Parts: sequence; structure tokens; C-alpha cells
Amino acid sequence: MSAVIDNHADHAHGPAKGLMRWVLTTNHKDIGSMYLWFSFAMFLLGGTLAMVIRAELFQPGLQLVDPGFFNQMTTMHGLIMVFGAVMPAFVGLANWMVPLMIGAPDMALPRMNNFSFWLLPAAFGLLVSTLFMEGGAPNFGWTFYAPLSTTYGPESTTFFIFAIHLAGISSIMGAINIIATILNMRAPGMTLMKMPMFAWTWLITAFLLIAVMPVLAGVVTMMLMDIHFGTSFFSAAGGGDPVLFQHVFWFFGHPEVYIMILPAFGAVSMIIPAFSRKPLFGYTSMVYATGAIAFLSFAVWAHHMFTVGIPLTGQLFFMYATMLIAVPTGVKVFNWATTMFRGSLSFEAPMLFAIAFVILFTIGGFSGLMLAIAPADYQYHDTYFVVAHFHYVLVPGAIFGIFASAYYWLPKWTGYIYDEVLAKTHFWMSFIGMNLAFFPMHFVGLAGMPRRIPDYNMMFANFNMVSSIGAFMFGATQLLFLFIVIKSIRGGKPAPAKPWDGAEGLEWTVPSPAPYHTFSTPPEVK
Amino acid sequence: MSEQGLSTRSLVKRLMLLVGGMFAFGFLLVPIYDVMCQAFGINGKTAGAAWQGSGQTVDMAREIRVQFISSNAEGMQWSFGPQEGEIILHPGETRTVNFLAHNPTDQVMVAQAIPSVAPARAAAFFHKTECFCFTQQVLQPGESIEMPVRFIVDPAIPADVRRLTLAYTLFDVTERMAPSLGLAALHRN
Repeated sequence: MSAVIDNHADHAHGPAKGLMRWVLTTNHKDIGSMYLWFSFAMFLLGGTLAMVIRAELFQPGLQLVDPGFFNQMTTMHGLIMVFGAVMPAFVGLANWMVPLMIGAPDMALPRMNNFSFWLLPAAFGLLVSTLFMEGGAPNFGWTFYAPLSTTYGPESTTFFIFAIHLAGISSIMGAINIIATILNMRAPGMTLMKMPMFAWTWLITAFLLIAVMPVLAGVVTMMLMDIHFGTSFFSAAGGGDPVLFQHVFWFFGHPEVYIMILPAFGAVSMIIPAFSRKPLFGYTSMVYATGAIAFLSFAVWAHHMFTVGIPLTGQLFFMYATMLIAVPTGVKVFNWATTMFRGSLSFEAPMLFAIAFVILFTIGGFSGLMLAIAPADYQYHDTYFVVAHFHYVLVPGAIFGIFASAYYWLPKWTGYIYDEVLAKTHFWMSFIGMNLAFFPMHFVGLAGMPRRIPDYNMMFANFNMVSSIGAFMFGATQLLFLFIVIKSIRGGKPAPAKPWDGAEGLEWTVPSPAPYHTFSTPPEVK
Repeated sequence: MSEQGLSTRSLVKRLMLLVGGMFAFGFLLVPIYDVMCQAFGINGKTAGAAWQGSGQTVDMAREIRVQFISSNAEGMQWSFGPQEGEIILHPGETRTVNFLAHNPTDQVMVAQAIPSVAPARAAAFFHKTECFCFTQQVLQPGESIEMPVRFIVDPAIPADVRRLTLAYTLFDVTERMAPSLGLAALHRN
């Protein structure tokens, strides 16, 4: 496992020259890099919109933007972060790392891989263009509830629908590709239960994507027909029902939140053992816990809609089913903690992000349990408590998982060790900024501050100012991350094939930076 | 490993079938939702056609207060409301309440009323034998109409329900219905 295997040069050829390399490439590393750069660009754009939101909320009253534009900001921030930043970042990581982890020469369907990436600029070009249209961008929240989005939405809603269609097709193709790669391209001896956790969590995530992205495509298609073709799926006047929209949307929406977190679980399950210099505690239980979370995610959607008036038995079912998810999640947190227990820990940037992930994601999980309690949810619903909850699971969950992965594998991608001092600065600034931004939201939420409103009661002023300062700090720090990555691409201390002494896996058997073609001859896995 | 499992081609085919199946399932959720609402009387939905049952024994021991609420959907200009705000009845007895509607505009308009019952679990026990909401109303400019709803509250209604509310929302469906009602010449701004 430790020897560098890929060194036969008889048919080796490098990347094509010029710009067309990136347009026509079918190489998983090129496509992975493009996914990662695209998602980072979307992360900065979505973050800029969040800065507009926080600047407006810096003080009570209306200062900077009018309420209609504020609504466009909250909507576009959510849509861009969910579909443009987090999901493509994980697909990019999968493109880069899954073939290297399982000993495959490339993805199973390289041409489709190219197409699924290039759909994304089209999708988000379409979505972002709505900001410049007459009537403005979508302003109904990223959940686009009918009839707000159908009867009362702006003209640009149609562009939004097609953007979601394109992004959905891209995700589905990416998921098919990952499943085909993992099931059919593993090196001899790499049985399913020997696979690294990141490959496992992505396999399960890909099945979730295939199951729910078509439902999302269905619900936006229904919206399209209601708006333009006179159907009444969600219009009560024609015999439809707006509540139906929420059921169909959240049937997609709840598995979607696990799509955004499961790959991070996988990455953290590889990083923590590497920096604890111990094998992962409870590998098998990790695999089954991931499967259980994915399975349960289909049976909890109505906990997003306790207050629409579902029957008591329904509320009880969805409440208990939601709480049940805490069990496999608890198994995972226990395994991470036990992996670290009595290990030889060191605290490089990937490990710092991974530990912060475990602690802060657990806090987000606990506020999720509070929200799952149906009678209590009547108080929390549509307040900043919900905003605090899902930002605690998405920012230190998904985003910190991505940062941890980026630092962990950056030496493999660039061939140089990144600047550890700057990376630790990035971590601490992000950690402090993120907690300053989102922790006070718990308090203002419990005190009744509603979400998606540009103005608020005077009594929330101090906490909101703290939130805004934290958000500006978190946002500005991400430019440091951009600098660290560019610096690591341009040079630095050359990275050995395996820069982390505790790391395990096939990706560390190839040189750093990884050659353009790897594992043309399958490695031997014992 | 590929020699043991499916070939990539047939694996992708199966996954594409799954994608197609889930897309169809998304649309299948629409009738499933309607059937569930009908079967369990949830969401305050009442039956869309006249109730055919009969022979309810009147439970003189119980009294239920039935309130009537009306509202107009956005853009609907008719004046619309019940003649009585509320009545008190015994479960099992048949009662009739009239709603009044007036079209103050200078155009022919078509309206559809959508009922809803609160609390939602009472909806399954609220039987309408006649209702203006089963059909659409066409009113000439300035015309008024008296529209009856005849209903029975089932004696099997849960004992703790002492008050229920029947709410109607009136929607303007002129544009939607204009072609089929021969109002094609009509155009509204």
C-alpha cells in the first residue's frame, strides 16, 4: 500500500493545452477542480448576499435595502448556497477523491461527468440573471411555497424553475456517475466493507439524490404548469391545495438536508482517524448508521409543517420518527469521540475543522431535537431559532466538512503543503465569526424574532449587531481561504506522497500532486 | 468487481428507470394526497359532491354551534357572506343556511367557492346535501344571488367538538372558465 505504484510512462499523456482543455475534459481531476472552483465562486456570491442581509439587520429599522429586495436576498442566498455551493463542492470532492480512494483510473462515465458539470454554469447563470430582471429575482424564500411562488411570484419565477431543472439534472447525472464508479470500478480486493467512509457516505448520498431530485423536478414542473398552463395543482380555486406543495417539497427537502451533510460525515470519518493515529472506531456501525439516517430521512418530512394543521396522530408520528434519527447520528458522534479517545492527537487545520464539526454539528443536532417536539415547534416555527438551527448544521456541518477536506487533500491536489499558520488563522476566524453570527440567533428566535423580515423590535438590537459583526468576520475570512489555496497552488514546501503520517488509503500511494492519470493498472488491495 | 455485478450499461439503465419512477412518483403524490385527505377527513377538506347518506337519528342531548365565515380571494370584487353568522343545532338534524353574493362590476363573472371546516377532524362528520360550492356561479353585471347550503352534522362527531366553523373562500375563475361557458368574447383587464 505504501509503494508508489503509478509510474509506467508507456502511454502517459498530460492534459490538452489551452482553454479547450477545461471545456472538453473528461478527466475526473480536471472536472473535480472545476466543480470545486465553481462551488467556491458560488459560496462567495451567496455569502455576499448574506452580507447584504446582515448589513440591513445591523440595526433595527430600514436602512440599506427595501423589503422587496431583502426578500430577494434571503431567497437567492439560500438557493445559491444549497444548490450552487454545498452540493457541487461535495460532487467536486467525490470526483477528485472517489476514484483515487477505490483505485479506479477515472469515473465510470467521463463524458456524462463533463456534461453534468457544464450544466451548472448554465443553471446558475440563469438563476443569477433574475437579479437583473424587471420585477426582480425570486422573493419567496428558498422553499418557494405556493401560492407565494405561483400566484404572487415575480415574472422571473419561470427562469428560477428552469434553473432548478438544470441543476437537478446535473445532480442526478453526477449521482448516477458516482454509483456506477463505486459499484463497478473498485480495484480488485476492494470489497464494499473495505471502502473508505467517504466513498460509503457518497454512495448512500447518491441514492438519496436519485430518489428525491426527480421529486423536486416534479414539484417545480407542477409550479410551471400552474403558472403558465392553467392547471391547479396548488390553486384552491381550481380544486388544488397549497398544502400539497409543502408535502411534495419537503418530501424532497428533508432527504436534501442529509444529501448536504452525509458526505461531510464521510470526510470527517477519514480525517479524525488520520490525526488521531488510530483506525476509525466502529467502521461497520458507521456504515449502517449512515444507511439508517438515509432511510429515516424519507419518513420525517412533515416536521417542517407542524403548524399547517396536520392531524394529531400525524404530528406524533413525525415527531417520534424525527427523534429516532438522533439515534444513528448519536452512534456517529460517539464513534468520532471514541476514535479520538486515547489517540495521539495533533491539531493541523483539517483536524481543527473536523473537531469543530463534531462539536458544533452536535449543537445544531440538539436544537433540531428541540424543533422536532411538535408542541414546542409552535413557538419556534419561522423564528430565528430555526435559522440558528440550520446554520449550525450547515455552516460548521457541511461547510466546515468541506474546509477540512480541502486542507486534508490540498497537498495531493497541488503538490505543495499549504501555509499552516494562515490555515489555522482561517480556522479560528471562521470558528469565532460563525459562532458570533449564529449563536445569538437562538436567543432572539426564542424571544420571537421572525425570520425573513428586514426590520425587528428594538429589544433584539444588541444581539443582531453581534450577529452582523460575526457574519462580516466569517465572510471576510473566506477571502483568506482563497489566498491560502492560491498560495498553495503557486508553491511552497513540496508535499510527499503521504503528507499526513496517520493517514490511510490508496490516495496516498500516488505522488503529490496526483499525476493526470492514476491507477491505469489497478492497485492490489489486501 | 464488474464481472460479479451488473455491467455499467445495465446499471445506468436501472438507475435511469429509478429516476423516471421517482419523477412519476412526485406526480403520484397529488392523487395520494387527495385520497388521504378524503379518507381521513384531514386538512379541513369536505366532500366535493352531495352526501348521499340518510336516516341520521337526531341527538337531542347535544348542541353544536356552527359558525359561518366568508372571505374573498385576492382580486375578487363580489360582496359575499352568510345571512346568519352562526346557528346552534343538534347533531343529525338537517339545516339550511343561505349565502348572499352580489356582482358589483359591469362584467359577467364566474366564481367558485372553496369550503373548509375547522377543526379539521370535524370535516369528515360535516355532510353537505346541497351546496353552492359543488358548482360555479355565473353572475351578470349587478346581479345578486341567494345560495343555499344544506347540511347535517353527523351524530358520530367526537364528543369534545362543541363548535365548528365552515369557511368559504370565493375565487374569481372567470378567465379560467370563460372558454367553456361561452364567455369567450369577454375580456377583463
